[in-house]
This record gives sequence, structure tokens and C-alpha cells, in this order.
Amino acid sequence: MIHSLFLINHSGDIFLEKHWKSVISHSVCDYFFEAKEKAVDPEDVPPVLQTPHHYLITVHRGKLFFLSVVQTEVPPLFVIEFLHRVADTFQDYFGECSESVIKDNVVTVYELLEEMLDNGFPLATESNVLKELIRPPTILRSVVNTLTGSSNVGDTLPTGQLSTIPWRRADVKYTNNEAYFDVIEEIDAILDKSGTTVFAEIQGVIEASVRLTGMPDLTLSFMNPRLLDDVSFHPCVRFKRWESERTLSFIPPDGNFTLMNYHVSSQNPVAIPVYVKQSISFFESGPCGRLDITIGPKQTMGKTVEALMVKIHMPKAVLSANLTATQGNYTYDLPNKVLVWDIGKLNPQKLPNLKGILSLQAGAPKPEDNPSLNIDLRIQQVAISGLKVSRLEMFGEKYKPFKGVKYVTKAGKFQFKCAALYEPFLLSFWTILFFYFTTF
Amino acid sequence: FLHDDLKEMLDSNKDSLKLEAMKRIVAMIARGKNASDLFPAVVKNVACKNIEVKKLVYVYLVRYAEEQQDLALLSISTFQRGLKDPNQLIRASALRVLSSIRVTIIVPIMMLAIKEAASDMSPYVRKTAAHAIPKLYSLDPEQKDQLIEVIEKLLADKTTLVAGSVVMAFEEVCPERIDLIHKNYRKLCNLLIDVEEWGQVVIINMLTRYARTQFLNPNMNESLLEEGNDKTFYGSDDDEDEEEEEEKKSEAPMPKRKPYVMDPDHRLLLRNTKPLLQSRNAAVVMAVAQLYFHLAPKVEVGVIAKALVRLLRSHSEVQYVVLQNVASMTIKRRGMFEPYLKSFYIRSTDPTQIKVLKLEVLTNLANETNISTILREFQTYIKSMDKDFVAATIQAIGRCATNIGEVRDTCLNGLVQLLSNRDELVVAESVVVIKKLLQMQPEKHSDIIKHMAKLTDNIQVPMARASILWLIGEYCEHVPKIAPDVLRKMAKSFTNEEDIVKLQIINLAAKTCVYSSIGKYLNQDYKYVLNLAKYDQNYDIRDRARFIRQLIVPTEKSGALSKYAKKLFLALKPAPVLESPFKDRDHFQLGSLSHLLNAKAGGYQELPDWPEAAPDPSVRNVEVKDSVPEWTKCSSREKRKEKKVEKPFYSDSEGESGPTESADSESDSASGSEIGSGVVGSVSGTASEESEEGSESEEEEEEEEEDEKDKKMTMKKELKKPVQENPREDDMRLTLSSLFPVEPAPSPQVTPLNSFLSNSLATDLEGLSLSDAVLSPATLSPCSALKSYELLHRIRGEGLSVEYCFSRQPFSPDANMVAVQMQFTNNATSETKNLHMEEVKLQSGMRVKEFPEIELLPAGETATAVMGIDFCDSTQAANFQLCTHTRKFFVSIQPPVGELMRPVFLTENEFKKEQGERF
Repeated sequence: MIHSLFLINHSGDIFLEKHWKSVISHSVCDYFFEAKEKAVDPEDVPPVLQTPHHYLITVHRGKLFFLSVVQTEVPPLFVIEFLHRVADTFQDYFGECSESVIKDNVVTVYELLEEMLDNGFPLATESNVLKELIRPPTILRSVVNTLTGSSNVGDTLPTGQLSTIPWRRADVKYTNNEAYFDVIEEIDAILDKSGTTVFAEIQGVIEASVRLTGMPDLTLSFMNPRLLDDVSFHPCVRFKRWESERTLSFIPPDGNFTLMNYHVSSQNPVAIPVYVKQSISFFESGPCGRLDITIGPKQTMGKTVEALMVKIHMPKAVLSANLTATQGNYTYDLPNKVLVWDIGKLNPQKLPNLKGILSLQAGAPKPEDNPSLNIDLRIQQVAISGLKVSRLEMFGEKYKPFKGVKYVTKAGKFQFKCAALYEPFLLSFWTILFFYFTTF
Repeated sequence: FLHDDLKEMLDSNKDSLKLEAMKRIVAMIARGKNASDLFPAVVKNVACKNIEVKKLVYVYLVRYAEEQQDLALLSISTFQRGLKDPNQLIRASALRVLSSIRVTIIVPIMMLAIKEAASDMSPYVRKTAAHAIPKLYSLDPEQKDQLIEVIEKLLADKTTLVAGSVVMAFEEVCPERIDLIHKNYRKLCNLLIDVEEWGQVVIINMLTRYARTQFLNPNMNESLLEEGNDKTFYGSDDDEDEEEEEEKKSEAPMPKRKPYVMDPDHRLLLRNTKPLLQSRNAAVVMAVAQLYFHLAPKVEVGVIAKALVRLLRSHSEVQYVVLQNVASMTIKRRGMFEPYLKSFYIRSTDPTQIKVLKLEVLTNLANETNISTILREFQTYIKSMDKDFVAATIQAIGRCATNIGEVRDTCLNGLVQLLSNRDELVVAESVVVIKKLLQMQPEKHSDIIKHMAKLTDNIQVPMARASILWLIGEYCEHVPKIAPDVLRKMAKSFTNEEDIVKLQIINLAAKTCVYSSIGKYLNQDYKYVLNLAKYDQNYDIRDRARFIRQLIVPTEKSGALSKYAKKLFLALKPAPVLESPFKDRDHFQLGSLSHLLNAKAGGYQELPDWPEAAPDPSVRNVEVKDSVPEWTKCSSREKRKEKKVEKPFYSDSEGESGPTESADSESDSASGSEIGSGVVGSVSGTASEESEEGSESEEEEEEEEEDEKDKKMTMKKELKKPVQENPREDDMRLTLSSLFPVEPAPSPQVTPLNSFLSNSLATDLEGLSLSDAVLSPATLSPCSALKSYELLHRIRGEGLSVEYCFSRQPFSPDANMVAVQMQFTNNATSETKNLHMEEVKLQSGMRVKEFPEIELLPAGETATAVMGIDFCDSTQAANFQLCTHTRKFFVSIQPPVGELMRPVFLTENEFKKEQGERF
């Protein structure tokens, strides 16, 4: 299975390597660097590469490449999923998954990798088991450790690994017993310039933060489970119970975890919370263009739209933007050609507007494509699909826990296509054709 | 240079210094720096008390042992000692490190350790043993035969912990030994849902292959038809309706084949894997998807589409792999993904490789009904800034045009329009695609050819120029006036052209020459071109020129061939078939690395074709060990239950019934009832048999799944049944300890409450039990309705076999203890004396009350004894030695959670009251 792992930063330095079988020279990464050179964007490096003796499977997370070397047949998703799990674990342990953090905690990282794979086959990937084996570093603990010489390695052995419920450790004790659930929904949509929905769907996730004593058995039920079209669960959720009753029944892991992901059935029309009036055009003559964008609320379920942000990937030729915003700030990131307009709260009485001139590189041809707008937003206290948790029950323990459910709606991949040039172009399609047939 | 400071630190007495040194060394290893010269200093610390130092030493050791074999041997004894440790986790970690040391000399030691660990009583150690098998195999492949024995043994293991790891070992060591799976097939299917995610992937992939060798093709009737028709998969000609009609046709008359009946084991696999489509792990979802694609009847495959589409929300690497597989699937089974067409629409923010794959899927999905939508979508893509993607889109339009006749003209027109695009790459790509399209019906489009002839003035992309020249040459009869003109122009620029263009100029020259010789109009340009080519630097071009000269310029030497020049050059060429690069990829198992690369990866196991006739399905029947004595006959049924000693946590109860039972039907006809009996509860003593019947197949193993109503009903049933049989109905009391934890029941018999009750798992219905009046442990009769477990097998015990069961009755000497009833059978020919216990090893807090010594057990006789164990609410095993006058046997008793309970007596009313309060 997984033979070796190399961690590589964006500038191409291998800053960590780990081998689970015989050592493989890091020169194997050269094939990867070659592919990386070719790719314009790091996202475009093929995740699976074939070299004469090995296969390289890479994932890209937080400006780092996790490159694993395999020698024999293995399902690629198996490795990819595992590498992401490694990155998640780092995130969980150190708060972020970056080069500096990994370098600072290199010993802990190494210990983690040692426990996560045995001979290239995943051994302990449950965060709960790992945390029993290797305690996550905290400031307090590192101070204590330096003073006393004690270590981060747990002296208790991981009993979680032995149980049939590996995600929960035994003997959990809290003075305050709490169970909080966040229902987070994201709208993925593509809208054309007239505001018509080309494609829209809602994806949701329930993030849980459960700190309960003992071995609680929870049941979470919904008012309208029919909305849920497709679901995927944390391993703790009982499939059968879901199939028969549409309730989530589970013994929760301790701490934070993703309980379920869901997709809202496409029969229900998706409420689009904002509309955009926009025109971006580039003049045929002269190296500049004009931009005018207004955003207003559409179907917001009576709530305020917050953290509104517009991102526009400009054509390569755009050099700078000289704009005025009635609300919020805008920045133009020249190397990446991204215009970001951070609006904040959407005030229905006074719609935010961004207007001004875009200047182009002199001599460059007029950009053909009009950029599309990516919208980011957040609406608190509402799940846009209308999904509601009806109740949470606990069995198996006597105490009364604090319970809470929070709803948030966000924009996922929310895109407005601009196409000022699009219509005339279509017309010309036929005229030109006509021209061909008549001239010859 | 030689890290003297580190050596000094390692030699010091202070753990903190050692730790610091080890941390620095590990950091060096992590950065890929060589630290091998520290080996002697580090290995000394292998037995260090500090657990972190120890772990880091292990890391170091495993990394460098291969290079420093002799020194590495110094550490071996430490691990050998560790293998004997009473703590299972220490045993496991010792085995893990030992097996990771790649030193050939210790192969025999490893082999021994693995064998021993494979029969360890801790499943965790057995799991580690399974992990060690491939390690040893890669170190010394000669051990294969012995390792296969160990694998066979571990495959029979009934715990979820071991299942994934041993199948992994099986796949690496002996994937061809499919016969080892037969007996374990049903068990693996049933355990699957409780196995950890990574193990699930491995097991599902293996079972896919297994099923292909053992079952019949569920689509065999359709596939016969398919072969006959040789369908064009994404061709315009087959639409879905037709396909369906075909299906109907094939289903109705069923020519010559006997009707297909799915093997119940095949069904079991499909049913037990389906819920895993809801897994959060993309690899698991993909594994199930490929299983369905390769094994399920056509009508059922559709369920995987939704799950795969869901994965498209995941990381881009996951999307990449999933889309590759979806692309392969859409070729065979387009209908499945059609409802999700929009999910494959491309976003401007997608990475190019994802865009291209989505485009591939969209193209495969295109048919008459959705083509207009798709083309509209494609038009927006053409305006993208990502030129590679635009090129791919143009190719995709070309494919749609060839596949769907109705839109061919529309597409062609659109492409022609793109010829006036400002971007040269777009134009070039369009030219290439138009060329292919025109080949299908050249006569209709001479104007387009003319227009393209004009483009030669502007287009610089070699491939496009070459394509135009080829078109003009090929169809010079349609453009008789233009062709010589173009040739004249090209002759001028010949020397500056790319090789690929030069070849086409020569081609054009030859064709115009051949054609014009017919038209009696001879142009001399061709000679000029051929002369230039004669002195070209590229030998291909020189060769081509020489070859063509011989053909078209008649000389004495040229002979007969030149007569056929026209036939050679102006032969009707078949139009190119634009097909998906994913066509026929599915002969690789989907989801595999080989499929992704479209090349066989090392260690890839071919997915076998379905067998013509199904092999004997009875090989999967699990034989029940036949045992002679009456008492053990009962227990032979219990053995069936023993499978569930490691209780599947969430497994599918439906999956348990059906084939599993029929598999064991040998054991006895009442097997249906006993499944329930051990679980739902039992009336001890006289009423036991009846209750067993009463409980029937209320398979409440899925305690947690079962709803409250069911519980109530079960209880009523349980209550009523014995009432008829048992005159002492007043005494009938119901225990519901686990449902009513730590609640004092108003019953006189109840002794003080304490932590003895398993107050945690309310879900555990095994706690449901009906109990008779208290019987003294001494009078306990062998209670066949209870699950019994094997403590000592008669082979291991040299004739002495011991089984135990939890009699579910109070242990009168100490209320905190669980009564364990033991049954000793002497199968040997000689008598056994002085049976007693020694060396009890317990976790802290646990206590044991030993059973009274059995003085004499004659050959063939059976004796019972009762011991008490306070498990202290844990499921830790109680380990002790069972001694006879000659031998000592290490044994261990580990309680299933449900047995950790105290009988509490309630009347029916009290029970109902409790129930009302609780629920």
C-alpha cells in the first residue's frame, strides 16, 4: 500500500519524509516536480503520476503537497482519502496545516504518522484513538513538559482501538454536559446574466460538538427529513435506523466531528438569497473597460445577509481597477487577477454598488470573455432548505445535557455568469455563416 | 560531524536528555538527513523506561535496521520479551516493531512470533499479526506457504478488528487462493458494516473479484443481446427507449437460457454493501460503486449514481478520480447518470483537469433529447479564458456532432464560425475537428473547404495547417480550382514549414497531380515540391518524397505500381471514429489504480469474467463441528452464536438472516429460534426451552435499531409465554437491568445497588432476561439456552475441554460477581485429577472467586462448577491458569457487555411503571 510520504511546499522543498517500508530516495519526487512545472496551477498537477518504478499519488492541501509513493495496485481514492485524513489530523492537532506548524511539531507529526499507518496500511485514523496515544500539544503542556521532562506520548494504551466503538474513548467525564449541533447549508448555483438559475442545489452538513459524560446514545430527529435526498454519515450513525425511521441514532465521538453531510432533494426550488445587476464591458477602442455591479436581496427568509463578498477573476489583460464602492472595500490582486469586493452586511434600503474603470494592458487584444462573479455570503439562523431539527434525545445516561442547534446558510460555489458580449456573438454566428455560403 | 553531543545525551542517565536527543534525531530523519552513525548509541535505549523515548527509538530502529543488520539484532531480545507480556497492547507493539525490522536473519523469529500472535486471545494482537504477514512476505517470499496457513487461520477469525487486516494480507500474499474465502464469505459479508473504513475498502474489492468467479452474470440475457447488436454506446442511434425495449424483449421470451436466479450469497453481498454508499469515506463509496457496477443487475446499478455525484463535492483529487470512473461508467450505462447531467456542468473555478473530465462525461451523456442543452452549455465554455479547456470543448463538440446525426450541421456551423475567432489555438482546434467532420460528408461542404483554404494564409498552428492541406488534397475534386492554387502558395513557403506540414504539402502535391492528370491539366508545382523535399533534413520527408516520386512520375523503372497511383491516393478513406478515451477502460476493475492509468499496475488482479456455469455454491456452507455428547450438541448450536461473541455493533439484521441461516441449517432445523434466544433473554431452569421457542426469531441483536414498541411487545410475549407453562408464575420476575440502570426497584429481593450494573449501554438488550427464583449456584443445571463459550478446546487441552456460560443468576457468595458456569468434559482416555485455578491475572479492581477444586474427572465424564468474577464493569478479560495434576493451561474469560448485569426482580406492573417513567 502506501510506501512513503513526502511533504512538499510550494517552492518545491521536501521538508518531511517518512517511509513505512524500505527507504525510497526522494529523487522520486522529481517526476512530480516535472509535472508541477508543466501545470499552470498547483490544482492542475495530476493527482496520480506514473514513474518507471513507482506511482505517485498527491493531494494538495493548504499550500502543501502530500505526496505518497506506492508500488503496487491500490485504489487511488484509498490513498487520497487517507492523505486528506492525515491533513485533517494535523489541522485537528495543531490548529492549522502549514509548513511552519509541521516543522515546529516535527516529532509529534512523526509519531502521528507512525501510528496512522502500519506497513502502509491504515492502523489508527480515528482522532479519538490518536489523541489517547499522542496528546495534542498545548501551550500549558509544553511548559510542563520542559519543566518536568514528561512527554506528549500517552502512557495509557489506546483502549479505543480495542472496542467496537473506536471513535469514542471510555471514561469521558465532563462537569458541563453539552451537545451542540450546527446545521450549515451551502448554496451551489450558477446563474446566467439575466438572473435565471442555470443550476442550483443545496448541500448541507451537520457539525457536532458533543461533550457528554459516559456512553450517551443520542437520537436526533428532523421535522422534515424528506428534504434530505442524499446523505453520508460519520461511522457512528446507524444506517438501519436512518433507513427505517429517518432519525439519526448514534453514540457520538467525544468532541467535534462531522455528523452528516446531505444534499437537499432537487425537487424543491432553491431560494436564491441575492440578485446581482452587473455590467462589465471592455471597449473596442482604447485599453480600458467599465464595470458596474449592484447587489440586492432576493429570497432571504426575512434574515439579513452578512459577510457578503464578491470575487471576480479578471481577464489576464486587466492591469488595474479604479472603482468606487458605496459600501465596503475592494482590492485588486494583480498577480492573480482577482478583484475582491468585501461588502459586509447587505442593507436592503441602500443597495451596495461598485462602479468604475478597468484599465487594460496597452496593446493587448480586447478580452473576449467576460468574467463571472463568485459570491460569498452568510445568513445566520436559517437553513435555506428549511430543514429543522425537531429534537434531540439522549439515552443511556441519567444527567440532563445542554442542547443546542444553530443554523447557518452560506454561499458555496455561487456564480453569476456575465456575458455582455454573448448575445451579439450568437447573432453573428449565423450572419457569418450566411456570409460564407453566399460568398463562395 | 559525528553528533558527539547527541551521543553524550543518549548515554546520560536523565530521561529528559535522552528524549531531547531522540527528538533531534527524529527531526533529522524527518528531514531526510542521515543519522545512521548514531545507531549503537540509540539501540542501547531500546529498553528505556520512558515511553516516548522508547517509541522514538522504535522509529529510529525501523528506519535504520536494514542498514545496520548486525547491530539491530541486539534489540531483538527486547521485543521477544515484549511478545510475552501480559498486556495485549505491549505484545502488539512488540510484534509490530519486530516485524518492521527488515533483517533477513530474524525471519524464523518473526515467523514464530506471527504464528503465536495469530492464536493470541486478544483480537488486537491478532490484527497486528495480520499486519505483520505482508511484511514478512516481502522480506522473504519463501515463507509463503507457512504464511498462507496463518492467513487461513486468521480469515476464520470472527472479529471485525481482524477482518480488514487479514484480507489485506490475503491480497498481498495469496490473492489467487480464492478457495480460502469460501468458508468465510458469508461472515465477511455480515461483518462488513462494522469493519473500520479502510478494511471495508479492501474487503469489498476482494469480494468483487470473488463474486466474479463464483456467481453467474445477472445481466447475462441482456449481454447476449448486446453482443449481437454491437451497440454504439454513445452513438446517436441508440436512445434510451430502444434500450429499454430491448431489455423487455430480452426479458420476455428468454431465449434458450434457463431463467436466471440470483444466488442468495450474491444477493447478500449486494444488500450488505449498499448502506456503505452512505459512508463519509470516498474510498468506501467508490468501492461499493464499482462492486455494483461489476456485479449488480442492470436495473439496480442506478443507486450508485447519486453517491458518486455526491463525491464531486469533495476535494479536487477525489473529484478527479471519481470523474475518471464516472466517465468509464457513462459509456456502458449512460442512463444512470442522465438525471445528474447538471452536476457535471463546469465552473470557471474548476481546475483544468477537472473541467476536461467533466466535459468527457457531458459528451458521453449527450443524446438527442439533451444535446441542445449541452451544446448551449458548451458555447459558454468556448469563451473561457482557459485555452486548453476551450480546445477540449471543441473536440467535445466534434464528438457530439459525429455521434448525434441531428446536430451535425449545427455543430459544424458553430465550428466554422469559430474559425474567425481571434485566438489562434481555438481556430486551429476547430480546423482539426472540422476536418474530421467533413470527412463524413465532404460533397455537401465544399464551401467550408474553400473557406478553410483561405485560412492557410493566417493560421500558423502546424496541426491546423496540416489538417487544411490534407482536406484540400483529399477533396481536390470538390475544389478543383483551389487545390493547385494552394499548392502553389505552399510550395513557396515549403522550406519554412514544420515537418508535419511539409508531409501534407507533399501529400497535397501528389493528390493534385494524380487528380489533374485525369483532368488533363498538369501543374508543375508538384515537381518543385518533391525536389525540395528530396533535400530536406528530415529523413521521413525525404523518404516520402522518394516514394511518391516513384508513384506519380512515370519512369521506366517505376513499373506497375504507378498505374495504381490514383487508387492509392484517392481511395475512399473511412471517416475517423471520434470515440471516448474511456471506451473499454472498464475491463480494468473500476476504482483501481490500473483503471485510472489505463495500464496494468504491479500487483493488479484481473477481474475475471463471469463463469459460464455457477460453481458449487455449497462450498460456502459453513460446517458445524460435530460433537458427540448430548450437552455439547446443544453447544454446537451455540457455536453458531459464538460468531456473534464479538457483537457486530451496527450490522444489518436482515443481512444476518437468510443465507447465513440456511448455511447453518445443518446444525438443526430450529436454528431460527436460537438466534433470538441467546439475545432476547431466557427463562432459566425449566422454562428455558419454552422461552426459546417463544422468543422466536425476534432478532433483537440490533438492540439499538429496534424501537420501543417492539420492546414492549417482546416483553409481553416473554411474560405470557412462561405463564402458561410454569405454575410458579408469581415468581416470574422480569429483569430489565440494562434498560433501567441503577434504579432501585421496589422488590424485596433487590440488594443494594451499586456500580455492578452495566449502567451504560441502555441499548444492550441482551440485558433483557427473565429469571426464575434465585437458585443456589451449586444447583445450577447446565442451561442450554445460554450462549456458551469455549474456554479450552479439547485439542489444546489434551483431551480436556472446558466451556463456560454466563448463567445470568446471582452469584450468592458475592453479589458483585457474575456467575460463570463452567463445564468440564474429559475426552481423554485417562482420568484427570485436581482440576483447579492458579495465577489469576486481573485488571485492577477485578476480583475472582475460584471454583472448588474438582478432585477427579474420569475419562468420558462431564462435570460442572461455578465461579464468580467481578469484572468491575469493564469488559477486560480475566486471565488465569487452569491446572490439572499434570498440565497448566492459560485461559481467559472475557464477558460480552450484555452479561454484565444483575438480575433484578420486578412484577409486570412494576415493569410497566418503570417503562412508563423511562420512555
